[in-house]
Amino acid sequence: MSYSDKIKDVISSSDVALFMKGTPAFVMCGNSDRALQALRRAGASVTAVDVLADPQIRQELAQISGWPTIPQVFVGGELVGGADIVEELERNGELEQTLREKLGDGYAASRAETTVALKS
Amino acid sequence: MSTQPLRVLLEQAFPDATELDVVDRTGGGDHFQVVVTSRSLAGLSLVEQHRRVYEALAAPLADGTIHELRIRTKGES
Repeated sequence: MSYSDKIKDVISSSDVALFMKGTPAFVMCGNSDRALQALRRAGASVTAVDVLADPQIRQELAQISGWPTIPQVFVGGELVGGADIVEELERNGELEQTLREKLGDGYAASRAETTVALKS
Repeated sequence: MSTQPLRVLLEQAFPDATELDVVDRTGGGDHFQVVVTSRSLAGLSLVEQHRRVYEALAAPLADGTIHELRIRTKGES
């Protein structure tokens, strides 16, 4: 069994998908936290996936995205980048702009935070 | 790993770089910060710019030498 279909499903069906180490309630890595906090400050509704649940999730995610490190942030199905890019976009004022462009002006209306546990 | 092998890989990938820096953030030889400013990155999105850096450092990323990599890129026009 593989995770790929479920990973792709989370990416395509979530406004903002965050593949991270740990969960928003219990973050296991400083860089995952940097990305999460920047997204929170921007008011994004985040769907989080804990890649530590199974090493295979991380491997299959890297194949899908072509991005070797965690965290990975997708907005409207498209890879925005890792923690460095998300923070840089925030500094430039472009993070909210990106969220608005891809998700519409009301992107911050719900501010929901969801954690998805993938099963292979 | 010292910063030197990473610097060499980046210099090969970005021969026209006007700024190229590798810092060992913790002194432990596995948490690095790299800075690249290069004309070859001009016009690319941040995702594509960082992808070029990942490609340049694919080997040390794949074999686990690099545990953490912070990237700062700029495309010079």
